[in-house]
Amino acid sequence: MFAIEIKNLTKKFNEITAVDSISLEVKGGELFGLLGPNGAGKTTTISMLATILPPTSGSAFLNGLALDKPDEIRKIVGIIFQDPSLDDELTGMENLDFHGRIYHIPGELRKKRINEVLKIVDLGDRANHKVKTYSGGMKRRLEIARGLMHHPKILFLDEPTLGLDPQTRRNIWQHIEKLSKEEKITIILTTHYMDEADYLCDRVAIIDHGKIIALDTPENLKNIMGGEILTFELSQSEKLKALLKVKGIGEAKIFDGKLMVSVKNAEKLIPKILEIADKHSIKIDSVNLKKPNLEDVFIHYTGREIREEDASPQERMRMIMRARGRR
Amino acid sequence: MNFFADVYTIWLREMIRTFRARSRIISSLAMPIFWLVLIGVGFGSSFRLPNLDYLPFLAPGVIGMIILFNSTSSGVSVIWDRQFGFLKEILVAPVSRTSIVVGKMLGGATVGTMTALIMLALSLAIGIIGLSLGILMSIIFMVLTSLCFVSIGLIIASTMRSMEGFQLIMSFLIMPAYFLSGALFPLSNTPLWMQAISSADPLTYGVDGIRGSLVNFRIYPIWLDFSVLMFFAFALIILGSYLFRKMSI
Repeated sequence: MFAIEIKNLTKKFNEITAVDSISLEVKGGELFGLLGPNGAGKTTTISMLATILPPTSGSAFLNGLALDKPDEIRKIVGIIFQDPSLDDELTGMENLDFHGRIYHIPGELRKKRINEVLKIVDLGDRANHKVKTYSGGMKRRLEIARGLMHHPKILFLDEPTLGLDPQTRRNIWQHIEKLSKEEKITIILTTHYMDEADYLCDRVAIIDHGKIIALDTPENLKNIMGGEILTFELSQSEKLKALLKVKGIGEAKIFDGKLMVSVKNAEKLIPKILEIADKHSIKIDSVNLKKPNLEDVFIHYTGREIREEDASPQERMRMIMRARGRR
Repeated sequence: MNFFADVYTIWLREMIRTFRARSRIISSLAMPIFWLVLIGVGFGSSFRLPNLDYLPFLAPGVIGMIILFNSTSSGVSVIWDRQFGFLKEILVAPVSRTSIVVGKMLGGATVGTMTALIMLALSLAIGIIGLSLGILMSIIFMVLTSLCFVSIGLIIASTMRSMEGFQLIMSFLIMPAYFLSGALFPLSNTPLWMQAISSADPLTYGVDGIRGSLVNFRIYPIWLDFSVLMFFAFALIILGSYLFRKMSI
């Protein structure tokens, strides 16, 4: 049995299809990533899985439980939201105690679990301070600790490191890795950071416009690109592209005026390509050699970069709230 | 018996938050005390009721004012919970929305009644109001009035997306509810139109019930105050919990 089984899951908001017939399976203990730009449908997907939003059509099973059993599902899943969801006026301890109570963990066990999760995220020494005195990273860690209180079988992490500085992100990553390896929890995380998905996830589904456009291990996804990527900056990209019919050269694409070529053996091929260019008197301004990352995979499939797309007013409001809540 | 445990959890959080913000409680009492002392003494010097001084008349009205403000803002605090995200934490937990609503309402009613009792204790201490068995009766009216306005607060919170409209609600709903309740002047001599509006204000019956119990000055019979207030509380609680249960994150 899979930990999560999704079949043709679809969510429409009026005319807009936020999630478009997604199907996938996640194995028990897997660390699975949903990667995509803002508005791709990642949060909507996990909201449906956590029974916060009812799907328009399709079905999903979590540990064999269908989505129409929200009370049972909520007991076995933990969810860490994209936006802060702590009570700032309470202490870290009180936030955890509240969570334990509404998840019906009896008194003695609740105390034990609180100490246990505080240890996991290293917040023991600040547990009795009000949350409003915490830094952004500490709040995030407290939210992760809270999500673990009721020993969920499946944990949803929605953009776990959004808005955090690089050092704190690393730290959160280590905690997530620890959860996956030591606690064997099935984790689904959403992110629009390529490096995050690459570093953490066993498998990644790339989502764009509500559809899964690729699903594999980060390694395999990068291998699709056929080894390394050469990027040429020049004015006559089209002309050079047409000439590159050499052995060892894979797909060539023009992106943003630059010519991107996937190659197997870059060191040998660079002189060869320069030679061809020279013969046809094409001037090359610069050459860049890069091992492919998931960003390139995304570009490969969608023809555009993942980046913060224009935020809707609601999104901007959330960013402001987030900045206020985290700093 | 998860239901009662959940109600208790929600209530407990309200209590922790309230006691932590003691300065807010004190400042919420400051305004009514100014009313009592400044308006009470000021008006009292030139304004007399047939068989009662103005200060004992005003004190129950000021108690009503405290209940009105504190209970409403307690219900409205759901908006803050939503803006700061904590509402999500509550709504995704395996608890029924009914227990959340009941917990919120009891929490608000506790805060409203408690602050009213502080004011009552002050009035007793200064000697504006005398000790009597009516005090017990007045507490029943305080609780009912408080429940009405926590529910009104919840209704406002369920229909408003942000705090921007809050000032509007204060000016056009809460302040008129206070002025028209008979808290400051007896309604019996006011024009009919004013009496008509006042009769639709739950606070009218709350203040009349509290005043009747404490200083034996009333415009309605006590059974009428009680039954109308019960009716208001019942209807508002039903409407408040209905809207809250329908509210989306």
